[in-house]
Formats: sequence, C-alpha cells, structure tokens
Amino acid sequence: MTDKTPTRAPFTRRAALATLGATGASLAVPGLLPGLGGTAQAQSGDPIKIGFQVHRTGIGAAYGRWYDRTSQAAVARINDMGGINGRPVELVSEDDGTDPKRGAEVLEKFANQSNCDVAFGTLFSHVVIGSAPRAAELKLPYFVVSEGHHVASGMLNRYTLQPGITDVKSQVIAMAPFVGDNLGKKVTMMFADFAFGHDHRDFFSEAIKEQGGKVIKMIAIPPTETSFTKYFPQIPQETEVLYHVMVGPAVLTFVKEMGEFFGPSRPEIFGYIDSLEAVSIDSPGLEFLEGTYFWEGNPRYAQTDQTEFDKAFREAVGVDDSGASITDPADVSTYAHMFGCWETLNVIKAGMEACNYQGPEDRQALIEAVEAMTEMPASMDHPQGDKLFNGKTHQVFGVQYISKVEDGMLKVVHTTSIEDGFYPDEVDYTTQPF
Amino acid sequence: MLASLEGAVTAATLALTAMGLSLVFGVMRVVNVAHGEFYMLGAVIAWFVSTTLGTHPAIGFVGALIVAPVLVGLLAAAADRLILARINYDPERTIVATIGLLYILQQSTLMTFGPDARPVEPPFNSRIALPWWRQGENGLEMFYPWGLATTSYKLFIIVAAVAILIGLWVLLTRTRIGLVMRATQADREMATAFGIPVERVYAMVFGLGAGLAALGAVLIVPVQQAHYLMGADPLLLSFIVVIIGGLGSLPGTIIAALLIGMSDGIISVFFSPTLAKILATLVVAMVLVFRPQGLLGKASA
Amino acid sequence: MTAATRDAALHLGVLTLLAGLWFVLPTYHSGNLARIMVLAVYAMGYNLLFGYTGLLSLGHALFFAAGMYGLAIAMQQGGWSAAPGFLAGLIAALVVSGVAGALALRTTGVAFMIVTLMFAQAGYLTVLYFGAITRGDEGFVIPQAARSLAGIDLTTPANRYFAALILFGAVFLGLAWLVRSPFGRTLIAIRENEARAKMLGYDTHAYKLRAVILSGTISGASGAAYALLFGYAGATFATVQYSIFPLLWVLLGGAGTTIGPLIGAIFMFYLIDLASGVTDAYMLIAGVVLVLLTLFAPQGLAGTLRNRVWPWLP
Repeated sequence: MTDKTPTRAPFTRRAALATLGATGASLAVPGLLPGLGGTAQAQSGDPIKIGFQVHRTGIGAAYGRWYDRTSQAAVARINDMGGINGRPVELVSEDDGTDPKRGAEVLEKFANQSNCDVAFGTLFSHVVIGSAPRAAELKLPYFVVSEGHHVASGMLNRYTLQPGITDVKSQVIAMAPFVGDNLGKKVTMMFADFAFGHDHRDFFSEAIKEQGGKVIKMIAIPPTETSFTKYFPQIPQETEVLYHVMVGPAVLTFVKEMGEFFGPSRPEIFGYIDSLEAVSIDSPGLEFLEGTYFWEGNPRYAQTDQTEFDKAFREAVGVDDSGASITDPADVSTYAHMFGCWETLNVIKAGMEACNYQGPEDRQALIEAVEAMTEMPASMDHPQGDKLFNGKTHQVFGVQYISKVEDGMLKVVHTTSIEDGFYPDEVDYTTQPF
Repeated sequence: MLASLEGAVTAATLALTAMGLSLVFGVMRVVNVAHGEFYMLGAVIAWFVSTTLGTHPAIGFVGALIVAPVLVGLLAAAADRLILARINYDPERTIVATIGLLYILQQSTLMTFGPDARPVEPPFNSRIALPWWRQGENGLEMFYPWGLATTSYKLFIIVAAVAILIGLWVLLTRTRIGLVMRATQADREMATAFGIPVERVYAMVFGLGAGLAALGAVLIVPVQQAHYLMGADPLLLSFIVVIIGGLGSLPGTIIAALLIGMSDGIISVFFSPTLAKILATLVVAMVLVFRPQGLLGKASA
Repeated sequence: MTAATRDAALHLGVLTLLAGLWFVLPTYHSGNLARIMVLAVYAMGYNLLFGYTGLLSLGHALFFAAGMYGLAIAMQQGGWSAAPGFLAGLIAALVVSGVAGALALRTTGVAFMIVTLMFAQAGYLTVLYFGAITRGDEGFVIPQAARSLAGIDLTTPANRYFAALILFGAVFLGLAWLVRSPFGRTLIAIRENEARAKMLGYDTHAYKLRAVILSGTISGASGAAYALLFGYAGATFATVQYSIFPLLWVLLGGAGTTIGPLIGAIFMFYLIDLASGVTDAYMLIAGVVLVLLTLFAPQGLAGTLRNRVWPWLP
C-alpha cells in the first residue's frame, strides 16, 4: 500500500514534554486524545505536509482512487527532484467520504492535528463548498481540484484557490462556438438536476445564443433516477444537437438507453465525458456512440500528436495509451480530470519556492505568491496544456479538447484556445483581507 | 406507451425485490435495512460470474442467475443465525444490526469490487423498433421515428419476473415449505408448539428474501450496472411498495410494485422530472396516511 | 441525595465538564467537540420522539434541513442577521414538523417510519428543485462576516465552542426537566402502552403531535446552529443518511436516557475518526461495532450503565 496514513512528525523534546503535560491534564477523558499532534515547530529537515482530502468512499470513490494515484505520482516526482525548498513533501491523505460535513472535519484534522502546511484535493463541489469556510477560519490555504465555478463566482474566500483545472463555466463557454458552427443550432440539453447540471444549463444556453443558436428544450434528470428511457420522448423532433451531461454511477445506463432510444436515426450528440468518466468506451451497449462528440479536459486516448509531457505523465501515473491502468486494461481512469491534481501540486511547489515558504507563518505569503502567477506554459509541470491563472478570481484557465468517437476511440477534432473560455471577473479575492 | 413499458420493467424487478422484503417482514416481523445491499450483492456477483466464465454472455448470465441468489441467500441465512437470532428479532435492535450489516457489505464490496460501475453484457439484446404512421405527401406513410423502440432483453425481464413470481406463489401456497412459512407467519408460538423448527424457518425466509433481491438484481444488471452504492434506491422503493401493498400481503406487493413502477413514468410526462418525483413521493405518502393498512392490507395492520 | 438533586448534579456536572474541557483539550479535539455538541442537540431532539415517546422516525433530516435552510436562506437571500435568522430556522422547523407530524401521526409503527422517510425524501428533492435559491446538492456558504451574534464573532474557535455549549446546555437541561415533568411522564406512558394511556383519559394523539413538533424544532435548532457555526448549507444534510445518523447516535448512546445522545454522538464521531486513521475501511469497522453493540449492549452505552451500575440514570 502506497497511501498509508501519515507518520507523525517527530516530536521535539519540548513539544513532547508539552504534550505529556497536556495529556496529564486531560486524563479525565481517557480515549479522547489519540495522537496528539502537539505544536511541534517545523524544522528544516522536516517534510512539508500537504493534507489531501480524497473521496475514498461515497459517490466520488471512482474519482478519488485516480486522484490519489495521480497525486502520489506527482509527489514522488517532486521528491525525486529534491522536494520543495530542500524539504521532502509528504502527502497526508484522509477520506472525506464525499460528504461536506466530513470534508470540513478533515480540514480541521489537517490544520490542528496533523499540522499540515496546506490542504489540497477533492472533486465534488459540495465537499469543497462545505469545507472552504473552515479553510478560511483555520487560515489554511486550500487548493481545490473540482472544476466547479464556486471559486471564480466569488462564493468562497481568499484561502481557497483552483490553480490546476479550468472551471465549468469557462469549459462550457469554450464549447459553444464549436457546437454552433459544426453540429447544429437547435440544441436540446439533458443534464443532472444538480447544481453542476444547472451550471451547464445556464452557461451553455447563454453562450450558444451568442453563436446564433438556441436551446429548444431542457430536460433535468432527477439525481435519484436509475432508468432514463422515459425522458427521451421529451426530446423535440427538430433537435439538431443533443447536449448531455450526467454524473454518478447510473451514467452508463443513461448513455446506453439513449442509444437504444435513437437507434440509427439520431441527431448529433455532444456530451461531457463526465457522463463516461472511468467507463470504457467499448463497454457493451455503447457502440452507438460512434460518431458522437465529447468534451474532454484531457484526451483519454494518446493522440498521434501527443506531447512528450502527456507521454511522461501517463507513464508516471501508470496509465496506458487508451487511458486505462497499465496493470488492468479494464480499469479506466478519470483522465479528463485527474491531471488537475498533478498540476495543482506543481503550482503549490512553485508558489512555495517563490515565497521561500518555511512554515505555517508563511501561508499568506504563499497565497500571495500564487495570486501573482499568470502564464503556465505546457510543460512537465502542466502536461495538459498551456494555462493562464487569474489571481483575482483564484481560477486557472486552460485549453479544452473536443473529441469524436472513431473506431471506438476518442480522437481530438478540435482544441479550443484559452481565450475561448474567458468571461468577465466576478470577484477580486486579492482585495479581501486575510 | 413507451413510458408504460419502461414502467413495467421497473415494476418487474421491483416486485421481486419488494417480495423478498415483504416475505421477511410478513413472516419474521423485522425490517431488514440491509435488503438493498443483498440486491447490490446480486448484481456484483453477476458481474463476477459473467467475467470469470467469460465465454458467451448467455452462459455467464444463466450462471449468475443460479449462483447469485444462492450465494446471497446463504450469506443472509448465516447473518440471520449469527446476528438476528441472537438478538431475538427485537425490532429496534434488528434495525441497528442490519444498518451495521449494510455498512459491512457496502465497504467489503468497495474494497473487493471497487468503486466503478461495471456493466454486464445481456445474454441477448436486439433493438425492436416499432413503426408509426404520419400524414405525408403521399397520404399515410410508415416510418420509424426516434424512440419508438425497446429491446428484447427488457421484454425478457418482464416475462422472467412474472415466471419467478408464479413460481414463488406456487412455493408458498402449494408446498409444505410454504405451509410451514405461513403457519409461522400466522402464529409463531403455535407453530413452535406444532413442532415446526421456527428458527430454521426464519433463516430460510431471510435467505429466500435476500435471494429474491439478488435475483431481481441479476435480471436488471445487464440494463443498469453493478455499483457498490446501488442498493439504496431499491431499498427505499421496496419499503414503499411493501407498505403500500399492505404488510405481508403478497398480491398487494405486486399491485403496489406495478403502481409505483408505472406512476413515476406517467407523472413525469406532465411535470418537470424532479417535481414529478416530489409529487409521486407525496402521493404515495398520502395513500399511507389515509389508508395506513395499505391497499390490500387488512384493516388492523 | 434526592432524585432531583442527583439529576441536577449529573446534568450540571456534565455541562461543567464540557466547559472545562475547552481549557484542556488541544485545538483539534475541542473543535470536534463543538461540532459534536451541535449534532448532539439533533440527537437529543430525536431521542425525545424515539427514546421517550416510542415513535421511530426515519425522516428527521427533514427537520434538521428545515432549520438549516430556514436560517441560511433568510441570511443569504433575505440579508437577515444571525439572531432573526436563527429564529427563522426554528420557525421553519416548527411549521414543517407540525405539518409532517399531523399527517404522519395518522399512521403507526412501520408505516410511520415509511411516511416520515418519504416526507424527508420529498423535502430533499424540494431542495434540489429550488436549485436557483438553494444551489441544490452543491449548497452555499454563509459569509464569515455575517456569522456573528450580538456582536460576538461566532467563527473563532472559543466563541464557537461556547455558543455550541450554550445551545447544548439549554436543550440538555430543558429536556432533563421535561422528561421528569407530567408531560414527559405522559410521553413515557404512551411509549410503554399507548392503549392504557388513552384509557386513562389522555389525548395521546395531541401528546404525540406535541412531541413531534418539539422534537422537530430541536432538530431544526441543531441544523440552524450547524449552518451558522460552520458556514455551510447543502442538500447532503437532507438525505436519508442524515435521518439515520441521529437514530444511530441515540441507539448507541442509549435511547430514553438524557445523556445517551451525547455519548452516542461522541462515540460515533471518534469511532470513525480513529478508524479512518488506521484503515480506509472505517465503515467496515463501524458496521462491525454496530453489530457487536446490538449483540452485547442492546440498551446503548448509557442504557447498559443504567441497567448494570446506576439504575437512577435519567
């Protein structure tokens, strides 16, 4: 097992004595005081600790597993290159159960018990939003890899940043020109009746209007649904493009039943790969996807013009050319999202090096250092592609990929520019006090 | 029309799962919160069987159809002997114990099977399209519109579920086992007095109930996928079906399964889907509020 | 020592201990305890209905969420400050539990469980349906600046801890008094034998309805306090899982004891927190512990204490 729970920081003599004292004083409640972190000051040889909130259980577990593998690989690479400011990096992983309450508790554990320098991780927006207020109160920098619009919308706070993955609003806006120009103007949207789906609904219908197109029907699917055929008849016959974005374990059923519904006479279909993340494209029943289009955050199949960075990234994480685990070809990764963990960890490293981070007292300097970042060119630190970080909104913007299913593989047919996904700033976190 | 066919597929598997719960409830008077997890196990075992056998999907499917219910049934019977029998089927303690069981089963599955949704190939599957007529340039013309289609496998689910339910009915009304079960249900003390090994009957009923849930899952898994969290929805729906149908009333359970399976699809034609779910949930709750004994239950439930 | 002074000594002692713990516990654990006290209020509300009145609800998340959203929406959309926001949460929970109770109490036993479960499910879906306001599953943040009460910033660890303690103490003492009062004794009589209570001339339906409303409002107070103290409201808290939690806490701690809910909430929290440090499979451990407890401590921890050591435990 590579993801063992962290070993505790070695105690200094003084801290150990203080701890003993505290333990003595609280003998009245035995059993309440496991693993006192104490107040050990970081020494120069001590590792920099990055608290990693991970969806090990709950609905996000499929993502969590790959977020974990990617993060472990990124930290291994950072340590191979000499760590951060000469100190090794240690990933302190805690399961958040894909639950906002547990997520907040885990942040407290990072800040107050395992003495982490920063916190990082997680995909599901409700966990991020439930945790973020605690990050601000604990004054713990919290780097999220969620692709939600919550950071850039101004809902969160100065301690929460998203420097590794483009937010959904930008992704969606960048898709509209391609859909409008190449697939059709009359769009029907089917989306999960979740905040995530609503973001797609609102941002895309806005963006397609600017392309002279129109959303003619929106079908929200209740998140508890397991069978979808009954919703397809609501799709108007004049639909030119069907835009779908679903999440959760029932997504494969959704896509399969969509195929059974349409048969050979289907409109153009454009979907978010979220509908099929961690699911193999050649699963039984998905044959009809041939010729349909997908947004991909990062192309799952190695393309003919693959960059050396993508190649090395795959190798480091242990993913083959079709986006599956090297050891088990049936184990498909969440390739469109997990690069965000890798890139975020490299941003943390760059930020800590820029402000010569020594310990928790430098946390604000770290945030300012990251806020000062702008261009992040494609490199081994940023294998997904070029990025531009907006320090005011704490959000990064990157290129997006649109792939077509050909011969059972996803082939990139269009790469958006970073500018395609721009929208006016909605917040300036740099004006907020720490 | 298509919506009602979909409803029938939902109703068919629901009837099997709910029947399992109803049996357990009727005979043993306990609420099995882990019932949904037995369903989930059925689907997961189906995946294991069909991938290990790995030949034609039909062989794997038939294998799963036999192996999954038997394994799950045995597991449930063991849980009954080890846990439920020891707490003497106290209603509240049973709920906690089965919640514990739910956690155990879910977490074990996560650790072995993993967090991904995994598909199982149906033994056969062809799309059956239905033609439709419209007023075209040359008068009435026939065409195949979107959506007017179903698959042969979905029809098979309905047939299979009906066959299994008939089998169950025969088992309960025409065999000695059924007689013993019904006797235990009617009066536990009396049954004991007549020398019926009540404990063994209980284990058997608990196993049979879980097996039925697993069977429902094996049937549906080629349409949906096996996933370690898939047990929650069937559990809720089965609960509702069992209560609406009237506790322990098997025909009531089937009618309620049809009602729930169909109502969902039909209401969603008129309202936004989430609103439809809210309304359907409230309607069912109101049925219970104003007819607490269920549709076919006896007045003093 | 009379029963009354012994009761008072026990309850005040618990509160004194909790207040004292703030000064000795390290930050992490005092933070946990603040959260546990808020959730213990939820458990105590649940216990009033389940432990003392004998009604098993599977839908208390509805009331918890009503309190949470009552406060959060009033503060976020209405721009209210914390005190009237908290009141809005209480009123929301009061109204919801009044309506749900009046309907659900027409049923008994398992049907009551299912009806409450379905009401809660409808409530959860309603939160999603009004996503424009609630942000559905994602939820929303209550700004740190707004989270202060009478000029006291509730986002500092100490203020949060003592705010949680005050709420907990008020409910704890209130319920301890209530269950010894004629009203509480009637509820217990209903739990033990409703037919007999009815025969003695009690309008049991009215008593049960009052119990549901009180229980729901206390649960709502916990939800509102959670949103206020931890700055977040989300649909997760309206899911079935959050209806099952108070049942577990109460059963573990001891149903029908005043101290049980707190013990259960502490036990469950640290069970998961410690187990998750040892293994990813902490839910497995939690499951095994639940099964073992039902086998060997069926009355819960406090209930077992009452049976074996202190028969006077309230």
